[in-house]
Amino acid sequence: MEVNEVFEKVKNLFVEELGIDADKVTMEAKLEEDLEIDSLGIVEVVMAFEDEFEIEIDDEELTDVGTVGQAVNLLHSKL
Amino acid sequence: MSKRRVVITGLGTINPLANNVSDSWDSLINGVSGIDSITAFDTSELPVTFAGEVKNFDANEYMGKQHARKLDRSGHLSIYATEEALKDAGLDNEERLGPNVGIVFGTGIGGIGATEDAVRTFDERGPSRVNPLAITQLMPNSSTGQVAIKFGIEGPSLTITTACAASANAVGEAKNMIENGIVDMVVTGGTESGTTSMTIAAFAQIRALSTKNDSPQKACKPFDKDRDGFVMGEGSTVLIMESEESAKSRGAEIYGYVSGYGSTTDAYHITAPAEGGAGAVKAMENALKDAGISASDVDYINAHGTSTPANDKNETDAIKTVLGEKAYEVAISSTKSMTGHLLGGGGAFESMVSILSIKHSKVAPTINLNTPDEECDLNYTPNNAVDLEINIAMSNSFGFGGHNAVLVFKKS
Repeated sequence: MEVNEVFEKVKNLFVEELGIDADKVTMEAKLEEDLEIDSLGIVEVVMAFEDEFEIEIDDEELTDVGTVGQAVNLLHSKL
Repeated sequence: MSKRRVVITGLGTINPLANNVSDSWDSLINGVSGIDSITAFDTSELPVTFAGEVKNFDANEYMGKQHARKLDRSGHLSIYATEEALKDAGLDNEERLGPNVGIVFGTGIGGIGATEDAVRTFDERGPSRVNPLAITQLMPNSSTGQVAIKFGIEGPSLTITTACAASANAVGEAKNMIENGIVDMVVTGGTESGTTSMTIAAFAQIRALSTKNDSPQKACKPFDKDRDGFVMGEGSTVLIMESEESAKSRGAEIYGYVSGYGSTTDAYHITAPAEGGAGAVKAMENALKDAGISASDVDYINAHGTSTPANDKNETDAIKTVLGEKAYEVAISSTKSMTGHLLGGGGAFESMVSILSIKHSKVAPTINLNTPDEECDLNYTPNNAVDLEINIAMSNSFGFGGHNAVLVFKKS
């Protein structure tokens, strides 16, 4: 799967599952500041990723994930 | 030091009758039922298939999906009712209400819907798929916390869970806070959304619910000989209460005064009321004493009147004990006949009804009261509203656990 395909799937999850405005979801968007996903929300996001991409994500892997782009790259590397 | 007087300056509600105060009042005085067949889930396996559901309310549309996802339905309803109440009180332009405002909310079973959903997910998909928002949705203080966050309420906060007396206790404790000068204003009320499959099933198991599935609007029959149980309702009602000085200094319109509060415990049985309503009698007496009035001063009683055989008889006996001969004259009604039982949200809704009855000089009826019961022989305002100058209204709320909370409201 190409990076841009992963991004489109991620964007769709954010919009459909979490109710975030589509316009806000860019590769540069910061999860906490721009998308208002707090510490509880992150757990939901990870669950949604795991279901969508049929992978498992460890908490440690999330340490450096602060933007949509970083999340997309992490997912891309695991596929 | 004399206690400060406490007034009501704002009302907000969302309930089975309507999603605002004025339409709710219109339904009440016209005897319109808000009860119908349940639409939220499949009832085909349940012994009870009807309830008082809130209608025409989509939380995603109202607050946006991203915010709505963080709350159980009882939370959605409480945010809505609070926003209405603050608007009504002229406080909707405040960015944050700040440290001089408290919050006291009542709920019987909190986020029970979220609990049921989370258990279902756990059973079907395992522990790693449980909603990470489950705890913050299901905890009984969820609404209190979420409302405080939304409106910047930084004073003391309490969540009261005394079952069906919860939001009457909330109004009473809010009164105490203001009287004693702890804060000048309290956002108070209650919320409940127990119209869920497991909750209906569980209440039905203890034979607490009416099973008149063929006639939902006619099922709730407080004080009628053919009454067979209560009808589940959902909703939230919020009152803005403040000291008289606070209201006057900001030029707020005053609905009336919260003058008396009595709170007792039966210490007898977890569901059944004590014989003769002994705990209820003491709560009514304490509320009258707190208001500085005598029993003969009461013009209207908004009864707990659940439509269960036990409650209505024992409440009748309690009113007779407290009011003596006057019991046969005083106007009484159970608005649960129209809303169903809002459980922890009931006391706040019925406080609103009491204060509106004073304001409009009208008593809302007890609908579906057609067959007199010799054990319930008082004036329950059957089926039609009546005009009545009301200076003093009393509201009774009694909960599983043996909790009794009685409030007295005054016109001036």
